[in-house]
Amino acid sequence: MKKINLLVSVIAYGIMAFLYLPLIAVAFFSVNNTKYGLAWKGFTLDWYIKLFHNEMILQAGLNTLILAIVSTIVATILGTALAIGMDRFPWPKKMNTVLDLILHLPVVIPDIILAAALVVAFGFLRSVSSLFEPGLFNMIIGHITFQVAFVTLVVRSRLISIGKDIEEAARDLYATTSYLLWKITLPLLMPGIIAGAMLAFTLSLDDFVISFFTAGPQSVTLPLYIFAAVRRVVTPEIHALSTLVLLATILLVFGMERFTRKMNTK
Amino acid sequence: MNKLMIWYGELLTQKHLIKRGALFLSPGMLWLIIFIVLPGLILILVSFAGRGAYGEIVWEYSLDNYKQLMGYGIFGWTADYIIILLRSVWVAIVTTGIAVVLSYPLCFFIARKPERTRYMWLTLVIIPFWTNMVIRTYSWFLILAPELPFAKLAAWLKIISPGMALYPSAFAVYLGMISMFLPFVVLPLFSSIERLDWTLVEAAQDLYSSNIRIFIHAILPQTLPGLSVGIILTFVPAMGMFVVPDLLGGAKYMLVGNLIQQQFGASRDWAFGAAISMGLMVLTMFSLYLYRKKNKDMNLL
Repeated sequence: MKKINLLVSVIAYGIMAFLYLPLIAVAFFSVNNTKYGLAWKGFTLDWYIKLFHNEMILQAGLNTLILAIVSTIVATILGTALAIGMDRFPWPKKMNTVLDLILHLPVVIPDIILAAALVVAFGFLRSVSSLFEPGLFNMIIGHITFQVAFVTLVVRSRLISIGKDIEEAARDLYATTSYLLWKITLPLLMPGIIAGAMLAFTLSLDDFVISFFTAGPQSVTLPLYIFAAVRRVVTPEIHALSTLVLLATILLVFGMERFTRKMNTK
Repeated sequence: MNKLMIWYGELLTQKHLIKRGALFLSPGMLWLIIFIVLPGLILILVSFAGRGAYGEIVWEYSLDNYKQLMGYGIFGWTADYIIILLRSVWVAIVTTGIAVVLSYPLCFFIARKPERTRYMWLTLVIIPFWTNMVIRTYSWFLILAPELPFAKLAAWLKIISPGMALYPSAFAVYLGMISMFLPFVVLPLFSSIERLDWTLVEAAQDLYSSNIRIFIHAILPQTLPGLSVGIILTFVPAMGMFVVPDLLGGAKYMLVGNLIQQQFGASRDWAFGAAISMGLMVLTMFSLYLYRKKNKDMNLL
């Protein structure tokens, strides 16, 4: 048994090295004082300073944030309403099956197929309105489409876990529909809504494929910028940018972890 | 419809209740129908259309795109596309398999840690899970660069010529894929392993069963729910992945994801791209079906 324990520990540390070595290398070479090659030439923060003078990168950062914030807000509203609509009404069983199937589509379909379908659909919509030219508007629509499903699933599981008793009690005490919604259901649901919104936000920041297919020349996001850059040549500036994105991810993960653990202990 | 009913403490007609329900349901459902159900149906239609001289869609029903996918072109039959399709399935299987094999020891390792450090270790797996895939993929450029010991070792072993990087290559694609999807297996699997009933393992040990039999009979059945989620979470996106093969495989190791991306990008042949997407979809559904069927047999055992 001791032998197995040792083997398990060695494999575990090996896997951690496997997951983190590339990321650590990116951070390491982001402070290396040379433009070309991977020889260590001393510590510098020049690449980080250069980032903040690069108009294109600043614009890409702004696009990324606008995309994530707008799509998250819309997806959270749509998803919350959809979760309530699916869970709190006596729909016939067959209809529930169909609704469930549609809801799970964005989750089970490979994202490249969703992206392809959106490209074709936007192609047709473009003949109706020039609003659907490749760009930020299309990207927001694409992101909302997969975010809605995830928000709905998270909020619905919260709806199921809080049960209907409190709402029924409120009705017995003559609560109106709007009072019930705003003062009872939504406050009780809030942890689920926030968790769903955080998930949607992270999914949007993390997405590459949907953005790549629906983006226009004016709507480059940070992942798209990094992808285009590393296909040409890898520079320390890209390492610096990636390190910042990585740090933002770590902060988000810690935020989500703390939030969910606080909710669980409550 | 106009009959009065009591629905969780409220007295109202059924018509009224359904109306209110539809109000909640319709915005989200309409969104999903307009932007995923209809586009999906259009994609199916387009896969039977043709391509005009300027990359526009020509509405003439034909099976040409599917014939092309099966390898029948103007210059006779080639296996190129079929090889790419099969290779995608193969890469997804290998990626999932290795990720599962590596995940078990890691999950046991984390599960045995005291509670305080356990969450730290789990967070260490969650961070790569959420890190953008472009960054995680290109970061291998650095590790596999000719200046670093790994490429030097490979050159010394005469696997590559000196001064060359270890990418683009099939090896780099596998590295990138496994590291990309490892957290996708670890996280669901861990939720099962955390709840493992160790008394069963002890009972098996008391009865002198070998380590392999302990794993197959006492551990595997208990972890099957988490393992299934992990396998599906890995296998489906792995088959459609195009960032990893694009950056780490280049033209040397194309997967179906790259093929689709090409049709919607440089080649501008949406109809053929739609047909390849359908191929990928069928492969995905077929493997999920096979997996479910096999799992049922496993439950019977």
